[in-house]
Amino acid sequence: MEKRNLAPRDSRKTIGIVNVPNPRMVCRNVNVYYDDKQAIRNVTIDIGCNEVLSMIGPSGCGKSTFLRCLNRMNDTIDNCRVEGDIIFEGNDIYDPSVDVVPLRAQVGMVFQKPNPFPKSIYENIAWAPKIHGIVESKSDADEIVETSLVKAGLWEEVKDRLDQPGTGLSGGQQQRLCIARAIAVSPEVILMDEPCSALDPIATAKIEDLIEELRSQYTIAIVTHSMQQAARVSQRTAFFHLGDLIEVGKTDDVFTKPLHQLTEDYITGRYG
Amino acid sequence: MSPLLLLLLLLVLSVAGYVMGQQKALGLAKKTGGTRNLHSLPVYYGALTALWCCLPAFFMFLFWIAFEQSIITGLMAADLPEEALALPAARLNVLISDIQSLASGNIVSGEVTPLMQKAASHYLSLKGIGQMITSVIVLAAAVTGMLLVHGRIRPDMRARNQVENALMGLLIVCSTIAIFTTIGIVLSILYEAVRFFQQIPVTDFLFGLDWSPQMAIREDQVGSSGAFGAVPVFVGTILISAIAMFVAAPIGLLSAIYLSEYADRRLRAVAKPLLEILAGIPTVVYGFFAALVVAPLIRNSGAQIGLDVSSESALAAGLVMGIMIIPFVSSLSDDVINAVPQTLRDGAYSVGATRSETIKHVLVPAALPGIVGGLLLAVSRAIGETMIVVMAAGLSANMTANPLQAVTTVTVQIVTLLVGDQEFDSPKTLAAFALGLVLFIGTLFLNIIALTVVRKYRERYE
Repeated sequence: MEKRNLAPRDSRKTIGIVNVPNPRMVCRNVNVYYDDKQAIRNVTIDIGCNEVLSMIGPSGCGKSTFLRCLNRMNDTIDNCRVEGDIIFEGNDIYDPSVDVVPLRAQVGMVFQKPNPFPKSIYENIAWAPKIHGIVESKSDADEIVETSLVKAGLWEEVKDRLDQPGTGLSGGQQQRLCIARAIAVSPEVILMDEPCSALDPIATAKIEDLIEELRSQYTIAIVTHSMQQAARVSQRTAFFHLGDLIEVGKTDDVFTKPLHQLTEDYITGRYG
Repeated sequence: MSPLLLLLLLLVLSVAGYVMGQQKALGLAKKTGGTRNLHSLPVYYGALTALWCCLPAFFMFLFWIAFEQSIITGLMAADLPEEALALPAARLNVLISDIQSLASGNIVSGEVTPLMQKAASHYLSLKGIGQMITSVIVLAAAVTGMLLVHGRIRPDMRARNQVENALMGLLIVCSTIAIFTTIGIVLSILYEAVRFFQQIPVTDFLFGLDWSPQMAIREDQVGSSGAFGAVPVFVGTILISAIAMFVAAPIGLLSAIYLSEYADRRLRAVAKPLLEILAGIPTVVYGFFAALVVAPLIRNSGAQIGLDVSSESALAAGLVMGIMIIPFVSSLSDDVINAVPQTLRDGAYSVGATRSETIKHVLVPAALPGIVGGLLLAVSRAIGETMIVVMAAGLSANMTANPLQAVTTVTVQIVTLLVGDQEFDSPKTLAAFALGLVLFIGTLFLNIIALTVVRKYRERYE
């Protein structure tokens, strides 16, 4: 067996390849605090175009917190403070001049637990385009609803009952409905926070196939607890540990030839 | 032995039974090597013994209390001399109740005859014997029950299950008390209302446009014919409640939205209790505030712009009543909006909705059942409110939709019908029950609507 020199366990510097050519989002020295407690330390990473970046790490490592920084969902938490630069389309998204509403339309999000609105399936998808003024007529809305549902792989299952409540669907269908809702406003980046953790294996497989398809049009950042899932769906993997970004690299490299002792321990299941 | 003493004795016996049962269980536990070898904890054996001691005895006691009067009276009446028994039934009843009064030392309707004296002392002795027998039976039942259970205590006796069954019985009794009370109230209202409708036709009451319930008490009295058309009263009620809801619904709902979605935590912690204090002000205080401050204010400002406002107006009462019920709307709505899961807010924000869009399209629809519930509760409060209307809207039953005139409401009319000396069979008094019945049916329908709305939308975000 090949003998590699791993970075020691106590090294907290990010190793691996942080940069990508032509990145979609650029994060530099991002620090996040909840009151005085620091949840994220000096994270620097690029998110490339049309790639799936998976973020893995033990519970409480800050991967979800970091993900929620990318579309400023942390704004809704009172005591949360973000420092550093997150550049999207040439602007720092935390700049006071940036309006968070169009930002969130461009950087969509799918949550751990499916959270369809208490509306019909149709309204669940048509609502966001309506409030953003993307659709002007009923036919526009119909078209967006259909294309979004088709892209999310849900159209065939629900096309005859679009007027029924979205909460009446099964868990996996609800999650795909939430993905359709996110892509209805034509985002460029989709953030997924453990999208399959509440789903059974078959629904999970469908979502994973869907992620693979969506990659051709969107950039996807996904937080997952399942290393198999990270290996299956992503091109690059970032490993977080206790608020530090420990290692970033091509998914194959991270899983087969990790550079950091902590990464190797984690992916071989020595802790988790 | 007096009933009170008997009850005390029963209590003492129960405590003794508890201690005995527990001690025996503890003794058994020691013999068999620890409490865990018993089916139940020792306290359950104690409780079971105490229950068997007090419950059967107590029911016997209740049974005696319920029938004592009629049994003893019957015995006493049977022993009356021939000439008394020969009296007509009505006279005999008077005689018997006189004897009972005499026995308990009250005033007697006529003069006291030797016959009555004798019967009264017979009555008292019967009563004494009855009490003695009851005491013996009750105490015997208590001791028997206690000893029976005590003798049957074994390690495998399922004391806990039996005690829990008894507890469940207690819970069932408590929950049925409320139901039976409601049924009783409804039945008594219904009974009196039917008597009213025997004198005044239902259609006259429900569709008549003239309400002037003064009845002539003497034949020669002038100008009090009595007219029982309830429409003006109900129109007044609806008018004032509508004005109140026009004030309370928007202010309450919007303040709830501000408190739950915009206000920061510290402001909310202060503002919400302050708002709820509004609900704690006695309505009579609101009433004189309405009569002495708001009504003159409305009349003066109305006069300045050339409107004819009466000094007691529906508007004044409605406005103040609206302020009074704001906390019902706001506090309940605030709670239900807060109860909407955070994931729904996240979902709305994540597609780029603003805060107001999220509230309008996601939170309020999701919280609708609770909001409707709060509104309907407020409506019930408004309909049932009396004091403010008495003071600020007057008593005259005007048939009008003009909020600047004096109107009256159902509850106010019920009050005015029943204060003072009344004949209990005149239509004037009975009209109060008819009004009460219609009011009850009205609020019942409101509640049914509320329940239906809540049920229809409840599952939507779960």
